[in-house]
Amino acid sequence: MSLQIENLTVYYQTLHGDVQALEDATFTVADGEIMGLAGESGCGKSTLSNSLILLVPPMKLVGGSVTLDGQELPIQDEERMNDFRFKEISVIPQYAMNAMNPTRKIGKMTAELLGSRKVSFKATLPELKRRLDLVELSHDVLDMYPIELSGGMKQRMVMVLSTLLNPSLLLADEITSALDVSSQKAVAEMLVEFRDREIVKSVVVITHDMSILYQIADSIMIMYAGQLAEKGPTEVIIHAPRHPYTKALISSLPEVGVKYAEKRLTGIPGTPPLLLDPPIGCRFRERCPIAFEKCLEVPPFIELEKDHFVACWKESETHAQA
Amino acid sequence: MAKKKQQSEFLYFALRNNKLRIGLAVVLFFLVLTFVGPMFTDYEPNDYVGPGAQPPSSEYWFGTTTFGQDVFTQFVLGLGATFLVGVIGGGIALIIGMLVGFIGGYRGGLVDEALNVMTNVVIVIPTLAVLLIIAAYLEVRGILVEALFIGFFTWPWAARAIRAQTFSLRTREFVDLARLSGMKDRKIIFTEIAPNMMSYLFMTFILLFGGAILTAATLDFIGLGPTQGISLGLMMNNAVLWGALHLGMWWWFVPPGLAIMAIVGAMYIMNVGLDEVFNPKLREM
Amino acid sequence: MRSYFSRKLLIYVVTFFVAVSIDWLIPRFMPGNPVQRLLSRAELHAEAAEVMYGYYTTAFGLDVPIWQQYLNFWNALLHGDLGTSVFLFPTPVMDAIKDAIPYSLMLLVPSILLSWFAGNWFGAFAARSKRLDNTLLPLGYLLTATPYMWLGLLLAWALGMVLDIFPIAGAYSFSMRPHLSLAFAGSVLEHWFLPFLSLFLVMFGGWAIGMRNMIIYELEADYAHYLEALGAPRKLVRKYAFRNAVLPQLTGLALQLGVIVAGALATEIVFSYPGLGYLLLQAIQNQDYFLIQGTFLFIIIGVLLANFLIDIAYVIVDPRTRRGMQGE
Repeated sequence: MSLQIENLTVYYQTLHGDVQALEDATFTVADGEIMGLAGESGCGKSTLSNSLILLVPPMKLVGGSVTLDGQELPIQDEERMNDFRFKEISVIPQYAMNAMNPTRKIGKMTAELLGSRKVSFKATLPELKRRLDLVELSHDVLDMYPIELSGGMKQRMVMVLSTLLNPSLLLADEITSALDVSSQKAVAEMLVEFRDREIVKSVVVITHDMSILYQIADSIMIMYAGQLAEKGPTEVIIHAPRHPYTKALISSLPEVGVKYAEKRLTGIPGTPPLLLDPPIGCRFRERCPIAFEKCLEVPPFIELEKDHFVACWKESETHAQA
Repeated sequence: MAKKKQQSEFLYFALRNNKLRIGLAVVLFFLVLTFVGPMFTDYEPNDYVGPGAQPPSSEYWFGTTTFGQDVFTQFVLGLGATFLVGVIGGGIALIIGMLVGFIGGYRGGLVDEALNVMTNVVIVIPTLAVLLIIAAYLEVRGILVEALFIGFFTWPWAARAIRAQTFSLRTREFVDLARLSGMKDRKIIFTEIAPNMMSYLFMTFILLFGGAILTAATLDFIGLGPTQGISLGLMMNNAVLWGALHLGMWWWFVPPGLAIMAIVGAMYIMNVGLDEVFNPKLREM
Repeated sequence: MRSYFSRKLLIYVVTFFVAVSIDWLIPRFMPGNPVQRLLSRAELHAEAAEVMYGYYTTAFGLDVPIWQQYLNFWNALLHGDLGTSVFLFPTPVMDAIKDAIPYSLMLLVPSILLSWFAGNWFGAFAARSKRLDNTLLPLGYLLTATPYMWLGLLLAWALGMVLDIFPIAGAYSFSMRPHLSLAFAGSVLEHWFLPFLSLFLVMFGGWAIGMRNMIIYELEADYAHYLEALGAPRKLVRKYAFRNAVLPQLTGLALQLGVIVAGALATEIVFSYPGLGYLLLQAIQNQDYFLIQGTFLFIIIGVLLANFLIDIAYVIVDPRTRRGMQGE
């Protein structure tokens, strides 16, 4: 198994108390799998990604473990994690557009970064050039400053940079959000290409854009208010979701070809709870159309069908009856 | 509703911020001294009240000058002059800075370019040089004139900073909304942009206030200050002129400069505290 | 890069014109007549006064139409003729200024350079350790809030009078004449140290504070987080942060020049140090208009030159400007 997460719980320390941003996450990502991680803003997807790659204050690890390729990742130990960063686990951050030092030529920065990680720039250069070709960037970018590149170009450059040392796990955080539709397609396809060429082994694609996930993800995991709601193969999640939240999410997506007059867009009434003092039990309880008393207990994230996990008492009941 | 909550949240942090409290306390102390101090003395600053060159004693709290003037009287009255110059000079500089910064930052284009050139020219000219030329030719100078000139020449950096902030605010949605609804530029600036920058403007004023005090003190020290009255800088000027240094009359020149350092330093520290209050990311955990 | 420099040069030329014009304008728009003022002090006999009035009016060039006076002024300026000093009569203004400039430069250049480099380094260093930061922050703010001349007075009094380590007047011992010798150099250094120190300390506080704030800002930037996420050692992140933080500090130096010059002038007065400041004070006290005007012009030129030097330095430090981008 490539990535194994068990009971991962991460809180944010604030002046008002602890924000319970990630609660008891347990799931696995297999070798070669592209898993989409979707949910509303504030559902905990970025927290999850950040806790894996850079768990620094005000984040604190409350419990749980992370295992990558059989080795436990010391995510709370910033020093020891450095051995894994960039080489085993890497990230394309949400702020990729600003991720490069504005006053350094890109090539020089890459050389200095590699040098600081005890990797020879000279030896890596031919591969670097091949990667640039892969993402359709001219080799000249190495001689340019970030400001001379367009948004899309910067995104692709950061993609190349982050995956340069062939990490086992790549976290791609909102890599298409700031791009136009055609760039989105290009970037998404490049991601798949990277996986197919085994430049990266597994990828976690974090986004709120389901349509991208439908195109490239093998499986999708839905999060809500810091809890895992559902995880399953893409087709299943999109066409046969079981968690009430996922169902509402999917049905609220506009369909191509359907006019508003024919079918109104429905949202989910209500708003996600504040995680400073979250509701007990299932956090979707207050907006859920099928909630009942048992929901005051946290539903376990259980495998109802092969590779299909759901955290819902009602669904597990139905499943048990079936 | 959100605005009220935000304001009370600011107040909560403001009251608990150490830097703000200490800074404010020091400034208030001197301010109170300005009003209350004169009540403790019956003299005028230039009255000859006793033997010259006396060290501090129970009779003359801050000692006397070479000519036998009461240093304490000069000090508390000089404080008033200092605060006045700071407020007026800083205030004028802020107003000009706001006008130039808002208009340039909001309008952009040719207007911005022209204002930029003007700002750059005024920035390069050293304030002191112009002030000394002007002051050297004016036979009679008052505090108001000094404050006016300080205000007219220290606004450029404030204009630059305000312009930068206006630039970033200009592209926000609520400004677009206002523009779409046909609001006049002037109104947009004053009802949409400025209120969002209140904290920033306040902090800018504090820095201008401190700067004005320092500039005035330097001017007074060189002898280009007001021709009448007393100020802290003038005290130091007189002290040096009349040999306080060589006669070891520290009580004449130490208190004025100490007061300036304390007031301006307190303002700077208050500023840091204010920044923490208004900018949640900076708050210490 | 060419557009960058041409833009700057344009500003400086315009500024020079404006400054010189102000210099020329002000005396003519101030209340009163400078010649009258000069004469009233001399308490001359009525007829003598009339002759002197005519003489001075011609000497000042006040008997020709205004626009011609303006052109004459520029003409004289470009020939290096700034008139003759009144209180140092018959020394030409230019000579008096030439004698004073080396001393002012001797104070300004080392104090600016040393305080800028040391302050920046120190501020960056303080940003690393929380404890160091907490003790040095208030100290830095107090230093930068200190009036230059007051610190000068304190140092003169404490180290000069009370402890008697340093002299507090003049540029060198009054018993010496300038000549090349170790003793003379020693005397110069002795007299130079206190005024230099007071300038240095105030500026140092300012730069240290500024740098510390900039570094903290840079360390919170996205590129810093990215490097950390990729496991880059802290040294690399700090190196980038420092390099980027230096840029606004350089711009800041240009903006502060006016204030620094003012401070230096005041400090010279405290120590009776024979630079431009001391010269200026004497000119003001003696109402020597030519000398005042001349000194003013030189200060302006000096500041413009310094600004230009800083612009050059900026191009060297910020690689983006070489690509034709505006930079800061």
